[in-house]
Amino acid sequence: MDRAIRNEIKELKKPVKVRRTVGEQVFFAVDIVLCTLLALAILLPLLNIAFKSFSDPYDVMASTGLYLWPHNPTIQAYKLVFKNPNILTGYMNTIFVVVCGTVLNILLSLIGAYVLSRKGTKLVKFFTLMIVFTMYFQGGTIPFYLVVQALHLTGSRWSLIIPVGINTFNLIVMRTAMASVPDSLPESAMIDGAGHVRILFSIMAPLTKATVAVITLYYAVSHWNSWFNAMIFLHKKNQYPLQLILREILIQDETVTAGGMDALMTSSDTFKYATIMVATVPILCIYPFLQRYFVKGVMVGAVKG
Amino acid sequence: MSARTKAIAKSNKAVAKEIRPELSKSLSWKTDWRRNKGLYFLFLPVLLWYLIFQYGPMCGLLISFQNYKPVKGIFGSPWVGLKNFKDFFTNPFFRRVLVNTIRISVTNLIFSFPMPIILALLISELRSKTYSRIIQTVTYIPHFISIVVIVSILMDLTNRNGAITNFLVHFGFTRTTMLNEPKYFLPLYIISGIWQNIGWNSIIYLSALLSIDAQLYEAAKIDGAGKFRQLISVTLPGLLPTIIVMLILQVGKSFNVGYEKIILMYNPLTYEVADVISSYVYREGLINMNWSYSAAVGLFNSAVSFALVWATNKFSKKVSGSGLW
Repeated sequence: MDRAIRNEIKELKKPVKVRRTVGEQVFFAVDIVLCTLLALAILLPLLNIAFKSFSDPYDVMASTGLYLWPHNPTIQAYKLVFKNPNILTGYMNTIFVVVCGTVLNILLSLIGAYVLSRKGTKLVKFFTLMIVFTMYFQGGTIPFYLVVQALHLTGSRWSLIIPVGINTFNLIVMRTAMASVPDSLPESAMIDGAGHVRILFSIMAPLTKATVAVITLYYAVSHWNSWFNAMIFLHKKNQYPLQLILREILIQDETVTAGGMDALMTSSDTFKYATIMVATVPILCIYPFLQRYFVKGVMVGAVKG
Repeated sequence: MSARTKAIAKSNKAVAKEIRPELSKSLSWKTDWRRNKGLYFLFLPVLLWYLIFQYGPMCGLLISFQNYKPVKGIFGSPWVGLKNFKDFFTNPFFRRVLVNTIRISVTNLIFSFPMPIILALLISELRSKTYSRIIQTVTYIPHFISIVVIVSILMDLTNRNGAITNFLVHFGFTRTTMLNEPKYFLPLYIISGIWQNIGWNSIIYLSALLSIDAQLYEAAKIDGAGKFRQLISVTLPGLLPTIIVMLILQVGKSFNVGYEKIILMYNPLTYEVADVISSYVYREGLINMNWSYSAAVGLFNSAVSFALVWATNKFSKKVSGSGLW
């Protein structure tokens, strides 16, 4: 008797199962399998690099496939990476460019977005048109290079910062966010005697902070990963950012230091893998925290200007 | 817009004029300046940046009609008319770079463009929220990895002893460094591009999928529509505006094939299939210092890109009624 009631209660507690047709069940199963396969295809090559960077260099040299765990774990390769002077100066240069560049980017984008989101002014429409036009037509690499050269920026790390001061797409995303703030807020602040700068930094920026966060990430990542401008604008190796040093080590296959065991090691694969890790992991650590904001940064309405 | 809607819009405007006359009366320049002076001053750094770094290079395109010599500058160099363009169109490389550009961008459009849409559909159908979050997080990762690292991973996997090469050898594949073989360049370029961008590009479609009204699906179900029918009749029409905007942007970008990646991936052995207009501009201009000639090639590239965006936009407006502008 008792048992029967208990069973009945158990039965009632079970979540109501939506009945699915066979077709649907097959569909969901295939869906999960496909997604898992894609995730593996993306993760395995990356994990392979991570595990190999911690493995014994001779073991890696003889290997023919992907590693799913480190073989004879060692941090030898990382010791060499952090001893390498080029990588260290590259790191410092990259940090300089990321910090200064992103600050300038955000300042200019906030100002630009604020002005472009104001209504009731005669010139703003013209400015918007002028800015959106540059998304569809550009002068191209060569005249761009000549302009930067004419400003005597080539050969200086500022050539990686000032010429890429604004990304039009990001500016427009920012403008769309600011345009969605109710007009009454800046208007009432203006009546209270706040100027434009005050309104921008004390009202508009805090109200759109999710978008500001995403845009900051976009700018920082693009500075961290850029190498092309550094290649065409810089001539001295001690100014090279990390990515350009990486290109020399990884793609042009330059052996970095001369002599003995170190030389053999620095040209080894584990050294390369460790270099990749050192250059990539810092930027990968930031993004999961901002992931929930991504959708805000890629709104299609934003692109339509 | 039909004649009827136009007429309604017109009469609405007339009504608005009557109710709030200050809206229709545009301010005089003087009043506007007095009122918005502060705003315009604030905008000055942004305006200057655009004039110098965007419109400056556009004016710099004038050198493509000159025989530009750095010592003489843009004002002292002799004008040569269309000579640089004629040189380009008669150059044997013209055919090569044009064909490669079109081949790479068309293949990219066919294979890479639909992938993020498919992924977004797959992710949105996952029952478990946690699992869908994991898949999203994982597929976004490659977007944050620099192109230098992506290409070096690719080289590592496809060299003589690389994991991909070893895998393919089991299927009767000749062992070789794949990136030195012209025939493998295009597939490797496209597949690595999909690998890097599929997740990131799916975000926009995922957010579009979320905005489709759930009632539509329920109505479809009640009418007896299965999964596939729902996809065709509800999901795809809901996604269409997003797909069209992305398509126009993609077509516009297609002539600027990601030259950074090409420059990293190609080598003299694969130039014949890998060299595109923008990588050619880079070599002619910044390495061989043929300033005017390469600027002319660049101008050709920009002009074709712009024409493509304009034409696609016009076409999509005619066919589907939605476009970029």
